[in-house]
Amino acid sequence: MMALDLSRVAAVVRKELRDYRRKRSIVVGMLILPAIFLIEPVLFVFLGAPDPVGDPSYRAPLLLLLLIPVITPSTLAAYSVAGEREQGTLEPLLTTPIRQLEFIIGKAAAVMIPSVGLSYLVFGIYLVVVRLFANPVVAAGIFNEGPMLLALFLFTPLLTGWSIVVGMAVSVRAGEIRVAQQLGMIASLPPLGVVVLMVTGVIAPTFTAALVFAAVLLAVDVLALRGISGLFDRERLVTGSKASRP
Amino acid sequence: MSKRVAWRKIWRKDSVTTEQPALVVDHLTKRFGDRTAFSDVSFEVAQGEVFGFLGPNGAGKTTTVRTLGTLIAPTAGSATVAGIPLTRANGVEIRQRISVMPESPGLYLRLTVAENLEFFAGLYGVRDVRSRIRDALEAVNLAERSGDLCGGLSKGLRQRVGLARALLSDPVIMFLDEPTSGLDPVAAREVHDLINVLRHRGVTIFLTTHRLDEAERLCDRVAILNTTLRTVGRPTELRQQLFTSALVVKTVGPLHDPGLLFKATPGVLSWRADDAGAYVLSVSDPRVAAPEVARALVGVGADILSISEAQHSLEDVYLELVDEDVEARKR
Repeated sequence: MMALDLSRVAAVVRKELRDYRRKRSIVVGMLILPAIFLIEPVLFVFLGAPDPVGDPSYRAPLLLLLLIPVITPSTLAAYSVAGEREQGTLEPLLTTPIRQLEFIIGKAAAVMIPSVGLSYLVFGIYLVVVRLFANPVVAAGIFNEGPMLLALFLFTPLLTGWSIVVGMAVSVRAGEIRVAQQLGMIASLPPLGVVVLMVTGVIAPTFTAALVFAAVLLAVDVLALRGISGLFDRERLVTGSKASRP
Repeated sequence: MSKRVAWRKIWRKDSVTTEQPALVVDHLTKRFGDRTAFSDVSFEVAQGEVFGFLGPNGAGKTTTVRTLGTLIAPTAGSATVAGIPLTRANGVEIRQRISVMPESPGLYLRLTVAENLEFFAGLYGVRDVRSRIRDALEAVNLAERSGDLCGGLSKGLRQRVGLARALLSDPVIMFLDEPTSGLDPVAAREVHDLINVLRHRGVTIFLTTHRLDEAERLCDRVAILNTTLRTVGRPTELRQQLFTSALVVKTVGPLHDPGLLFKATPGVLSWRADDAGAYVLSVSDPRVAAPEVARALVGVGADILSISEAQHSLEDVYLELVDEDVEARKR
């Protein structure tokens, strides 16, 4: 197992966050989507009919909130390699002692931190709005969806992880940032199927189901991360073709 | 602080103590499928040497640098870089000891100069980052621009930031790809001075350039690559290998019968008149032939303006070799 130099990982994270912060389209893109996805759940708080507890419609806003950790990171992750390539910084970066895994983890962490932070922030805002302004029956209905809330809490970083891995894989292969972002976003959506099944009641939303699917998602993330590490071979990144060893 | 003082501060090179070559390249080949980027390339570069790597576009220069910089793996052959065998397993260790400055400096345009350098200092594990960055920027005369966004810098200034970045890690070998590309003559001269200071400090410079005057002025030795290595040596040696020695004779007026005169002069192999009215004599040894020519001219009553040894430039050598390849391909 090769050693991981955390200072190099930290250097990549710091640089990426600085770079994102100064690119207006990234900042605006990151903020607009969560804001849009927050509208419907908040409207539901004010307009939702105070129906009996257990009505699946109480879960629908949670599905929207889980779109945030899927879509937000895919945009950033798609930028991770394609962006470096487009501005000609990839080769100088690869000539440094940074290891493949440090590069991947640094890039992934730099996407993970703002994406998960933003997702939890929106999640928190939603719950605060529910607590403060919702009809008590509606509020009770939402807070009674314990398994869904647990799923929301656990799935957020895991869906983000999946989205990042997919986005980075697309980013390596894509010629342009825009293409990478579009493909990355589409390719990130399939795991949301689990959430849809829970929201619609096809899979009973229990604590056990939330924990099991979280474990499955975690395993998928780890396997996917291992799967894409081969794509980050220096020769492949620089020349576009796989290294031919003597 | 003066620039020169800063240059002396920035690099150590007290570690260079052995006579082991900085670079040993042995029958190195790289193929991409059916296409050969470079083939059977062998040379050595001594520690502290400035080694020029010349060749036409597509000759394989950049691929060679990428291979030696551990970015791509060779198809065949071997190499030792900074004393370490070039293998995939040694990649990190080799990259720790070298720095590569590509032709396009590849800076993060939304970050400041200092932030760009700070990032790379972090990747190299540089200690005392701030003073190191300050010294590197002083070395390229950019200390006052450290807070500027790189996106706002001219091409020449970006090139200098790239050079400062290459200095950060105190490398044993620096691979510089067209380091003066886009620089004005004053800035280019500063880079040349910097390369000379680095040479005296024991840093090995592997310089890829299209500017043959630059190579001639800076490099101890040059290699000319055109997929295969065409030649390696000191510029003066290459001139001697490729061209016979010649004398250029200028007289006030044209000679009456130059053919008869030069044929009878010892040491002169052949002669021709050039466009400027001077006589170019091929000679076996200029030091033997020049006095004989002077005596012969005086003997026929010619008024001599000058007798000088003809100087072939590195460009002549380069063109001779590359043209040979073009002709060979036509055949």
